[in-house]
Amino acid sequence: MSAEFLYGIEVVINGLMAGVLYALVALGFVLIFKASGIFNFAQGVMALFAALTLVGIMEGQVPFAHLINAIFGTSIHSFGWQVPAVLAIFLTVLVMIGFAWAVQYFVFRHLVGQEPIILFMATIGLAYFLEGVGDLMWGSGIRTIALGLPQGGALWVEDLTSGLGGDDFYGFFIDKLDMVASLVALVLVAGLVAFAQYTKQGRAMRAVADDHQAALSVGISLSYIWVLVWSLAGIVALVAGVMWGAKSGVQFSLSLIALKALPVLMLGGFTSIPGAIVGGMIIGVGEKLFEYTIGAPFLGGATENWFAYMLALIFLVFRPQGLFGERIIERV
Amino acid sequence: MLYREAGDFKTSYQADSQTFPIAFDRWRFWVVLVVAFCVVPFFVNAYWANAILVPFLIYAIAAIGLNILTGYCGQVSLGTGGFMAVGAYACYKLMTSFPDVSIVIHIILAGGITAAVGAAFGLPSLRIKGFYLAVATLAAQFFLVWMFNKVSWFYNYSASGQINAPERFVAGVAVTGPNTAPWAQYMICLVFLTICALIARNLTRGTIGRSWMAIRDMDIAAEIIGVNPLKAKLTAFAVSSFFIGISGALFFAVYLGAVEVGEAFGIQKSFLVLFMIIIGGLGSLFGSFAGAAFLVLLPVALKVVGVDVLGWPTDLVAHLQLVIVGGLIMFFLIKEPHGLAQLWRLAKEKLRLWPFPY
Repeated sequence: MSAEFLYGIEVVINGLMAGVLYALVALGFVLIFKASGIFNFAQGVMALFAALTLVGIMEGQVPFAHLINAIFGTSIHSFGWQVPAVLAIFLTVLVMIGFAWAVQYFVFRHLVGQEPIILFMATIGLAYFLEGVGDLMWGSGIRTIALGLPQGGALWVEDLTSGLGGDDFYGFFIDKLDMVASLVALVLVAGLVAFAQYTKQGRAMRAVADDHQAALSVGISLSYIWVLVWSLAGIVALVAGVMWGAKSGVQFSLSLIALKALPVLMLGGFTSIPGAIVGGMIIGVGEKLFEYTIGAPFLGGATENWFAYMLALIFLVFRPQGLFGERIIERV
Repeated sequence: MLYREAGDFKTSYQADSQTFPIAFDRWRFWVVLVVAFCVVPFFVNAYWANAILVPFLIYAIAAIGLNILTGYCGQVSLGTGGFMAVGAYACYKLMTSFPDVSIVIHIILAGGITAAVGAAFGLPSLRIKGFYLAVATLAAQFFLVWMFNKVSWFYNYSASGQINAPERFVAGVAVTGPNTAPWAQYMICLVFLTICALIARNLTRGTIGRSWMAIRDMDIAAEIIGVNPLKAKLTAFAVSSFFIGISGALFFAVYLGAVEVGEAFGIQKSFLVLFMIIIGGLGSLFGSFAGAAFLVLLPVALKVVGVDVLGWPTDLVAHLQLVIVGGLIMFFLIKEPHGLAQLWRLAKEKLRLWPFPY
């Protein structure tokens, strides 16, 4: 096999891994959209906020230190202790559940029955709000996550595969972190599916997704389910935030992964969990391959910024509800 | 007392269908115009022009444009920044290619080019609806910004990748370039805004505007009663992009003077204009003005209070600003989903009955 073909395969593999990470963000969207019809633009900022909270708790930082210092003229910064990772993750999950409750109680409870587009705009407002709160709480510098996740290329994969090509081929370069992220994503998806299929709350969640009124009439509390899905989305956001944050540092640009997840959603359909995963894979592979074969040599590179959107756009013209979405039936 | 129709008799169809049916409103409108054209230019200084007035006028044009598409025709667009960039780069290429032609014509032509681009990106709206369309317009945003970054023909192969507005004159007065007087910047933006607002007002209450609103309310039903969705949607995209292109051209040539595309016309700009029309009021011209004024004034006010009065660090105030803007958007959507324009309408209803509400 020629080296170029093998590099192409490497690009595909790395694209698949990136796609898994996109799918991870898209999952959070799908969960909330299915259960409440809210298109949650704040999902990316939730990932940023969750990762920031995790880092802040682990480092024993005082929340809102800057604000307190500015108001009272003090100069406090940290409690001076380090929190172990497991406890910090647990505390962060608690914070995300509290956030889910607050969002439901203060915002979306008052917006029940509004048009979907109003709900969407409310989540854009929520995204701004949460971004500001995250910065105020934990500062806006670039942070690193010290969870001990493996970094760098996996040498054993390179050694194993270097025999495939000639002398100018050194084996596949695959980031260890990507491999861990894919594994975690797989476990998370399996867990979510099991939760939705086999637990009482999961069944109630699916019932609400199916039909709000029917679910209400058999005694399912809508507000409880909504807090539940927002909490689940918060936990998914935490995982996504940790994975992306370990890759490129916890900083503002982390919230832009929401924009990466949108074409994934369009491709897969807003209401389908398998769609989010398959869509993520297609987008991940597609944009890496396009950049490798056409973008970098002919178009000057950085085509990843828009390729996913164009792909989704062209795809949607032929199938407006996405790959796995429910058929859109319109009645007058 | 003054604010009511009683005693204001209409004797012709023209008078009956005028924009301001109440005499007091008509007077108010003319007073605002006279103040804006004949009083403000003599008092405007560089700080007011740069921080408040010029951005307000330019964003008001963009907000009118987006309001036509989103508020009147119901097609949510997140590509505003990209279309503003088209206007800016079209204006730049025209200014440098045909230096003898007046800048006013360049700005109008830039609007026309943006309209063509907007209509092309509006084509998928015939198949894609709702959220899917909102996300699809992001394709325009990212693709256009990328294109203006990568294709060096657009910025005349300059090393920095920036575009700089050369000096141009209208009636012997510099309106672009470093030597522009604040009042000249203000006046050219004001003239464009006034004309755009007049065009928009008269389009939205005519046949085209009604077909847009029919599409917004329910596109299938509109099609059944004989509205051509292709024509309605594409004209909405074209007209909206025309205004947005003009605002982009003014934003680059008159306001900033030098532009780097990712910074000036990034996705943040799309959201900013979208917030303006949400806070102002979807489907209302007054809302476009109110929203633009609100979101231009809010950061300035916060900066004055936070940095100058309280002496807090700038980054802290910037973060607080995010919290406040986000919180306000949610607050408005909960309390008044129809924005400032609806509050204004309610106030006018109350005024009509005042002081005897029964």
